[in-house]
Amino acid sequence: MLSKLFFGYFAVIMVALSLLVITRRNPVHSVLWMLVLFFHIAGLYLFLNAEFLAAVQVILYAGAILVLFLFVIMMLNIKVEITAERFIGEWPIGVALGLSILMLIYFTTSKLIQGPAGQFSIEAIKAETHTKALGKVLYTEYLFPFEIASLILLIAIVGAIVLAKKRG
Amino acid sequence: MNIPFPDLRPVTPEIIMTLSATALLILELIFKNKGVLAFIGILAAAAVMYIMPASMGETFGGMFISDSYSIFFKFIFIINLILTILISLRYIQRQKAEYGEYYSLLLFATAGMMLMASAKDLIILYLGLELMALSTYILAGIKRHDVKSNEAAIKYFLLGGFSSALLLYGISLLYGMTTTTDIYKIAEHLKATGVTTTLLLSMILIAVAFLFKIAAAPFHMWAPDVYEGAPTSITAFMSVGPKAAGFAVIGRVFYTAFQNIQTDWTTILIGIAILTMAVGNILAIVQTNIKRMLAYSSIAHAGYILLGIIAGTTEGLNAMMTYLFIYAFMNIGAFAIVIILDRGEELSDYEGLAKNRPLVAALMLVFMFSLTGIPPTAGFIAKFNLFTAVIKAGYTWLVIIAVMFSAISAYYYLRVVMNMYMKEMKQEAAIHLSPSLSLAILITVLMVLIIGIMPSMVIG
Repeated sequence: MLSKLFFGYFAVIMVALSLLVITRRNPVHSVLWMLVLFFHIAGLYLFLNAEFLAAVQVILYAGAILVLFLFVIMMLNIKVEITAERFIGEWPIGVALGLSILMLIYFTTSKLIQGPAGQFSIEAIKAETHTKALGKVLYTEYLFPFEIASLILLIAIVGAIVLAKKRG
Repeated sequence: MNIPFPDLRPVTPEIIMTLSATALLILELIFKNKGVLAFIGILAAAAVMYIMPASMGETFGGMFISDSYSIFFKFIFIINLILTILISLRYIQRQKAEYGEYYSLLLFATAGMMLMASAKDLIILYLGLELMALSTYILAGIKRHDVKSNEAAIKYFLLGGFSSALLLYGISLLYGMTTTTDIYKIAEHLKATGVTTTLLLSMILIAVAFLFKIAAAPFHMWAPDVYEGAPTSITAFMSVGPKAAGFAVIGRVFYTAFQNIQTDWTTILIGIAILTMAVGNILAIVQTNIKRMLAYSSIAHAGYILLGIIAGTTEGLNAMMTYLFIYAFMNIGAFAIVIILDRGEELSDYEGLAKNRPLVAALMLVFMFSLTGIPPTAGFIAKFNLFTAVIKAGYTWLVIIAVMFSAISAYYYLRVVMNMYMKEMKQEAAIHLSPSLSLAILITVLMVLIIGIMPSMVIG
């Protein structure tokens, strides 16, 4: 019961925060609401017994990435952003479509039959500690995806340089 | 804890591709002449092509599989890469976008496609997709000072990100049902549990993501704008590579993981295929920009190729693969002609080209005939082969619709020919000829004609 209440709180607040992020006129406000959102996501990770992910979420997303966001916003002309029209005229259709898809997803996922549980039960992770369990899996079983992910990050850096660097 | 070192043999093509891509990033500092980088890129591609047949097998705990299916698709990707490098060489100089990263990103995108074709695990599939997509987003926007190029990159990026999110949602539902991401284990598990609405939803979400990549209607909106705004060489690259990769994934995931709901996805894909052929062929008629026209034409071709998947037979899959192989040559060939002309983006630029530049016009004629599907070009063989396979699978009515739309397509392809041969010349057309571009056109036109005359080369 308590866990359901806990999850319900996080789920509802996260949706509300996401709405705040995209509806604020001032981008700085948006980013600050996003900060609160990231803390709630970290809370949800804790709720799932994933304390390492929760810490990474706070340090990397709330700490580093949001600061980057703020830097970029400082380069924009906020006064123009504030006066600009926020939404295109067709937003009611978008909301209607979004709500109908939400209903569809709700009714189908409520019928979800869960598959068999894997080897990483809460007890197993508690015995081994989350960081160790995650690290072991990441560098053995999931080594290949891990390497591809590093390539994707490399592309992101290369892309930023290609698109933003001053050339003679 | 003792971990066996994974067998690297099946992934050697991908390793060589990524190593060369990273090497190109460093070599860019050393070589001021970017042609050297292009040459190294082609060498790497050739090396990958050479060792590919020896790379059969599974590795990384069954996450990665190199079989004849994936190797065939990888051949298409490598051909696409080599031809794109050849047509880019002078063109990006002219466009003032000659950065060494250009070639490196092309190689990275190709590596991503290769991973997609070889993925046996949904995680690899997703990461391969992102590797390919991120590289192409950047390449679409590489003409930094061109507003249209920027628009193309932003549009492609936002919509691509949206489709990735749908894909991840579909994958997460599938994982919730089966607690595995291995495509073959998912198939086993789903056979035991039977059809549920959750399964259908996850199939639809995954289908949407890949239909977006192959630019099937109604997920095609991005294609005309992106194809028009991106540098023409990248448009050629995007219209073949990511499309073939999307089909490779649809072929593998739908035929294995979603085997037990084949009737459901066939029904959906039939509707999508008809809509795609209709949208592609009908909207292509009203275009005045040849890049936009070729974008709609590539949407229409995606519709035809989907028929091969709908057929649900090995023959259908083979015909789909042959079609993509031929499509690579004829489509890149057409874009190469657009590149060779100094001003070749508007349809009116082609008026009277035959009097002025008879050879260029004749080559364009071959590619347009091939895209329409007129014998003796390869395009005819591709369509004939595909439609026979689909008829054998029992979808005669669908083929009749496809042939009707194919007849409509003759209107806009042959309008280019009419412009070249039957209209008066307005002004002299300047061309930019370079050895690499000539080589690319020579390869494509020879392949289109040779396959057209001797189809036994690729069929059977």
